[in-house]
Amino acid sequence: MRDDSALSVFLLQLVFLSFVAIGGINAAVPELHRQVVEANHWLSEREFTDFFAIANAAPGPNMLIATLIGYQLGGVLGALAATAALCTPTCVLTYFIVKAWDRFKDAPLRIAIQAGLVPITVGLVAATAYLLTRAADQSMATIAISLATAAVAYFTRINPLWAFAAAAALGLAGFA
Amino acid sequence: MSESPPAAATPHVPTLSELFLGFLAIALTGFGGVLPWARIVLVERRRWLSDAQFSADLALSQFLPGPNIMNLSILIGSRFRGPAGAVACAFGLAGFPTLLMIVCGAFYSRYSDVAWLRGILAGMGAAAAGLLISLACKLAAPLLRERRIPALAVALIAFTAVALVRIPLYWVVVLLAPASVAVFWWRGK
Repeated sequence: MRDDSALSVFLLQLVFLSFVAIGGINAAVPELHRQVVEANHWLSEREFTDFFAIANAAPGPNMLIATLIGYQLGGVLGALAATAALCTPTCVLTYFIVKAWDRFKDAPLRIAIQAGLVPITVGLVAATAYLLTRAADQSMATIAISLATAAVAYFTRINPLWAFAAAAALGLAGFA
Repeated sequence: MSESPPAAATPHVPTLSELFLGFLAIALTGFGGVLPWARIVLVERRRWLSDAQFSADLALSQFLPGPNIMNLSILIGSRFRGPAGAVACAFGLAGFPTLLMIVCGAFYSRYSDVAWLRGILAGMGAAAAGLLISLACKLAAPLLRERRIPALAVALIAFTAVALVRIPLYWVVVLLAPASVAVFWWRGK
C-alpha cells in the first residue's frame, strides 16, 4: 500500500509520539497500535503483531517497528523518513539537555534527581522483562530458553549470541 | 567500585570511529532489543563506562523523551567527542538496523506465512526476554549488595505499578519520579 497522505500523517504522529514516549519506545507501542491499526487501518492486526516480533527479534533498536510501518506506507523513502522522524527531534533535544545536565554535575539537586531516577529505571527494566517474558513464553520450551539465556548472560562471560543461535535452531526445529 | 570516578574506568577517550564501531557492535548484536547489549559492550567489553555511570546514564536517557537507546547514544557520544561524537554514535546505532528493516519489510511482504520463519521468531523472542531478565538482575544487584533499602523500595513500586497493576507509564513518570527525587533530596540534606 503506497499512500503519500497516509505517510505524511504517520510521520507527524511519530514526531509527536517521540516527545510523549518517556520511558522508551516499548511504552509507546500501545499508542502506536491505536493510531496505525485502530484509528487509520493502515495495518491489519496480524501485520502489526508480526512487525513487532520482527523489530524485536532483528538486531537493532526495537523502535524500528516504525521503520517497518514506514516501509509499508511509502517504500524505502518512507522507511528512512520514519526513522528520521522518530529519532531526530528528540536526539537534538537530548543533546542540549545533556550539556546543561553535565554543567550542574555537583549540584545537590542534580545528585538527588540522579539518585531518585536510578531505582525507577531498575523497576521499569524489570517490568519490561516481566511483560516481554510473559508475551514470549507460551510453552515449556520457550520458558526454558528464556531462563537458560538469562542464566548464561548473568553468570557467565559467554557471548549471549550463542543462546540466540541455539534458540533460533530450536525454533527452526519446531520446539519453540 | 561505584565510588570510583568514571575517568578511572576510561583509560582513553574513544575516537569518533571507535564510537561509531562500538555502537554499530551494539546494534549488530542487539537481537531482541539493544539495551542489554549496550551494557555488555559499554561496561563489560570496552569499559568506556563504570557500572554506576551506566545506570545513571540509562536513567537519564529513559526519562528524556524519545527512544531511550538513541538518547543514550547521544549522551555518551556528546560527552566523549561533542556533537560529532553524538552523530557518530547515533548513526552507528540506527544506520545499519534501518537498512536491515527495509530488507525485512520487503522479505515480509513475500514470506509472511512461512512456518519455519515463525518458529525462529518465537525462539529468538524467548531468548530476548531472557536477556532482559539478566539485565534487570545486573541493574538491581548493586542496590541489593549495598542494602539500599529506599532505592529498592522505589524499584519495587515502579515494577509493581507498570508490570502488575498496568498503570500507564506516563503516570509512573509524573508521580513516582518527583516523589523518589524528593525522598533522596531530603535524605541527602
